[in-house]
Amino acid sequence: MSNMNLTLKIWRQKDAQSKGVMETYEVKDISPDSSFLEMLDVLNENLVSQKQEPIAFDHDCREGICGTCSLYISGRAHGPMRGVTTCQLHMRSFKDGDTIYIEPWRSKAMPVIKDLIVDRSAFDRIQQAGGFISVNTSGNTQDANGIPIPKGDADKAFDAAACIGCGACVATCKNGSAMLFVSAKVSQFALLPQGRVEAAKRVLNMVHQMDKEGFGNCTNTGACEVECPKGISLENIARMNREYLSAKVVSDEKIG
Amino acid sequence: MSKLDSKIPTGPIKDKWTKHKNDINVVNPANKRLIDIIVIGTGLAGGSAAASLAELGYNVKAFCYQDSPRRAHSIAAQGGINASKNYQNDNDSDYRLFYDTVKGGDYRSREANVYRLAEVSGNIIDQCVAQGVPFARDYGGLLDNRSFGGVLVSRTFYAKGQTGQQLLLGAYSAMNRQIAKGKITMYNRHEMLELVVVDGKARGIIARNLVTGEIERHSAHAVVIGSGGYGNVFYLSTNAMGSNATAAWKIHKKGAYFANPCYTQIHPTCIPRSGEHQSKLTLMSESLRNDGRIWVPKKLEDAEAIRAKKKKPTDIPEEDRDYYLERRYPAFGNLVPRDVASRAAKERCDAGYGVNATGEAVYLDFASAIERYGKEKAHVLGMHNPSKEKITELGEKVIEEKYGNLFQMYEKIVDENPYKTPMMIYPAVHYTMGGIWVDYNLMTTIPGCYCIGEANFSDHGANRLGASALMQGLADGYFVLPYTIGDYLANEIRTGEIPTDTPEFDEAEKSVRDRLEKLLSIKGTKSVDHFHKRLGKVMWNYVGMARNADGLKKAMDEIKKIREEFWSDLYVPGELNAMNTELEKAGRVADFLELGEFFAVDALNRNESCGGHFREEYQTEEGEAKRDDENYAYVAAWEWTGDPRTPILHKEELTFHDIELKQRSYK
Amino acid sequence: MSYSSIGRKVVMGLTGLFLITFITIHLLINSFSLVGPELFNAGSKFMGTNPVIQTMQYVLALGFIIHIIMGIRLTIQNNAARPIKYVHNDPSANSTFSSRYMIFTGVLVLLFLILHLKDFFVPIKFEHGTFGEDYDLLVRVFSNPLYVFIYVVAFVGLSIHLHHGFQSAFQSLGWNHPKYTPFVKKLGLVFCYVVGIGFSSIALFHYFNSL
Repeated sequence: MSNMNLTLKIWRQKDAQSKGVMETYEVKDISPDSSFLEMLDVLNENLVSQKQEPIAFDHDCREGICGTCSLYISGRAHGPMRGVTTCQLHMRSFKDGDTIYIEPWRSKAMPVIKDLIVDRSAFDRIQQAGGFISVNTSGNTQDANGIPIPKGDADKAFDAAACIGCGACVATCKNGSAMLFVSAKVSQFALLPQGRVEAAKRVLNMVHQMDKEGFGNCTNTGACEVECPKGISLENIARMNREYLSAKVVSDEKIG
Repeated sequence: MSKLDSKIPTGPIKDKWTKHKNDINVVNPANKRLIDIIVIGTGLAGGSAAASLAELGYNVKAFCYQDSPRRAHSIAAQGGINASKNYQNDNDSDYRLFYDTVKGGDYRSREANVYRLAEVSGNIIDQCVAQGVPFARDYGGLLDNRSFGGVLVSRTFYAKGQTGQQLLLGAYSAMNRQIAKGKITMYNRHEMLELVVVDGKARGIIARNLVTGEIERHSAHAVVIGSGGYGNVFYLSTNAMGSNATAAWKIHKKGAYFANPCYTQIHPTCIPRSGEHQSKLTLMSESLRNDGRIWVPKKLEDAEAIRAKKKKPTDIPEEDRDYYLERRYPAFGNLVPRDVASRAAKERCDAGYGVNATGEAVYLDFASAIERYGKEKAHVLGMHNPSKEKITELGEKVIEEKYGNLFQMYEKIVDENPYKTPMMIYPAVHYTMGGIWVDYNLMTTIPGCYCIGEANFSDHGANRLGASALMQGLADGYFVLPYTIGDYLANEIRTGEIPTDTPEFDEAEKSVRDRLEKLLSIKGTKSVDHFHKRLGKVMWNYVGMARNADGLKKAMDEIKKIREEFWSDLYVPGELNAMNTELEKAGRVADFLELGEFFAVDALNRNESCGGHFREEYQTEEGEAKRDDENYAYVAAWEWTGDPRTPILHKEELTFHDIELKQRSYK
Repeated sequence: MSYSSIGRKVVMGLTGLFLITFITIHLLINSFSLVGPELFNAGSKFMGTNPVIQTMQYVLALGFIIHIIMGIRLTIQNNAARPIKYVHNDPSANSTFSSRYMIFTGVLVLLFLILHLKDFFVPIKFEHGTFGEDYDLLVRVFSNPLYVFIYVVAFVGLSIHLHHGFQSAFQSLGWNHPKYTPFVKKLGLVFCYVVGIGFSSIALFHYFNSL
């Protein structure tokens, strides 16, 4: 495959207060083996050499695990491939002459800070509301093998815990719902005996915080599961619904 | 005159830590509420320290440059975490973990620290399980282990290929609990740009809010640096794009000695680079070496044919393959330590046997593991005489269960199916064993300033064993620092809140502002990345996997030249008082440009080969690293003088009471 | 509970399942008309006089109202959750048509419902006898081609609504299980076809009969 020339339509926005606009850029001679972000590096290098401000986008590990990178690429969160983050997307997924739209995540709860960078601190606040097990650091917790955990449960807990908190679920959901993200954390702990102890309180508080942040409602379209780079399953949302119902109806736990 | 006092407790090695804990001061709970601690970095070390200190009752202010503490680069650690639990009944023990780590570090680490690390390793696993970290388990519901390089037991706990992620999310959840309680104030998207020292003690920092560009003052009774390693000095490494040495470098320039900068780990199993556009290198977990066999063709013509794409690896018959690690190191085979595996790969590629277009790659082949597991599985399923296809199918499934996410990652990057054709791998910069010098309490040479995790130098000597970085980060944060910091803070209970309107803060803020303004005002022609890439090339070519005196001198001169050019021809767009990603990078690269030269100074000083530091002049006839214990069994702790070329050397002699110094052998 | 996002989901799911039960019974009674006037009239009479059914009528009305109001509220809230829309969006790559257009198919069904109430419910309930037996009313209304067309369009809409709604209700209530969910999804698919084709074909049957 030979190198390619592309037209990019990119959202530019000076800061949170300013209004943004789509701008058009051309990049030339991009190797199909380079990653999508390396293609943006090339564009930024060009912009700097023309004494213009480069495009601000979030990225860090560039190996698909830190969850920093985002980008809504030609109508899809993390671009056209499934099961990858933007940093794992390679230019071989595009063709010479393509026009690519690059937009930030769109959600009231995740406002744009600059260009393609959004504020995802709502996710942190949801976790702070209860995404933990209340155990202090101690050299005297019981032995790690003290509680056997069925392999199936441990594996499911791991699968839920694989969430990288990138926000693609919110970005892609037509309702801007954060249910997949929240349910992944609720599920991880609900599946483990250590986490069961405060499961009712956790789900009430996390859902309450999620609603407070202004995320939309889940209508089970399933788009989040499809676009999730880590393949977090919708089963987690169902589990959270169950957990929430039982917390609300059966337990005497309250929010707070 | 050296003022290095490692404060190693006296007594037998296995009692040192217990004795020390008994001897040091403790701050009472009511007084802890009066004490502020700043923690820089929220990876495994910083995150676990911030959470533990807050649980104890201190007021913690935690800083990270990422948008959330959960994104620190510890998250990318794949393979696992060591602990001497001996769950596998394979004769593991604290002593054996200690021994393996010191030997793996080529006898350049501090015995007492390493023993303590081994001692608390079991607690880490207990703690993480209690926090809900979903480690891999067996069908009986108990924890599973795997084996890593440089050891003869299975002591590595893991969560698929995402162990670092799970451990970090554990520490992050512990932090969240404290943030919710108000015991940790979290400063996301903040970068520490200066340490404030008042009357010789660390009293605060100057940080820049990366969203608004605002320069802020923060005071505390102690400052803890857990900002990770400096591998990005090579430009291309497995580190995150934002990983930087700035916090560590700032405290170094304020008086903290920097130890052994030349000890860099080049990890043997990374995806080879594909071209000039590349911005980072991706690691393939060392755990793959449990099942993958490393080889290159035996015949030069085969290697050439493969490079020219005339032959495929699967075309090379078994007898024409050179499984060079198994050949050279029969006892450890493919599981030799990282430094040994990396050098062996370089040796083969330099001799012309490399297998990708650049000639810098070797194969990591899973075919025999797939066959072995396939047969095993067929046996379990009660199949007699299964077909070859069936065996392959079953075997691939087993491999997928073990390493699925890594295989998928490889396929996405390289666009080749590693189940069908061997992976290509090549060494890449991964971890830096060197770092800020600390004593047994993890305090730097600046009173009140601590350094933990990869940012310090303490536990891995000249080479780190796989799955030990996570262990060290969490040991420092959960189980060591929370005790040792009390010894210092016990004297601070009457200090009261530290004001930030003092001349020391004024001066520190001014120096930060001046420097940022200077970077913006150069208005030259070249971008930050331009200089970073040039620095990286010099580092890799002359200060990389193999070094020699001439090359190192050349590197020092070149880096100095690049640095001078940087300060006269850099162009940074944007403003100071706004989000400015180029300005952030510029500050970090400016520090790397000093650190790089200093790195070479240390490498030149160390006239021996040990672990990750390989000097071509000092090798055995078989090409193995040749240590010089008589002259170099010391930690080189360097004091900043204003010029990276001429730091002052302070030596901490390494004495080994519990391990006999000998030639490291994995044969 | 209706104030949390999960509470709202649950209410939608429960009312939805309840309406699904109603539709199933309705279809059953309608299908009696294919057999002949006696059976249909008997069924209609039973529905019109049985005290349990009569009580349930009010519950049903409430179910409709809650489902509709909640559906509209959800749509408004969900719209507000993304004040700035994407310039370029490709939702067909990750979700079904039916799941994205619930509000549209829902409103379509609502409009039809109003018409339907006017044409059938009101006459049967309040003007009983003026048009002979219920069966005669049915035959008369379905002889109008325009009405049959609207009827068929509405049931295609309902069918699409159910295509997502049926399995979605189970998910909302947390009734998700690796063993049974695939069956629920298949059942939902069968159900939406049965409802769509069932109701439409009955109307068409009577229309062609009237020619």
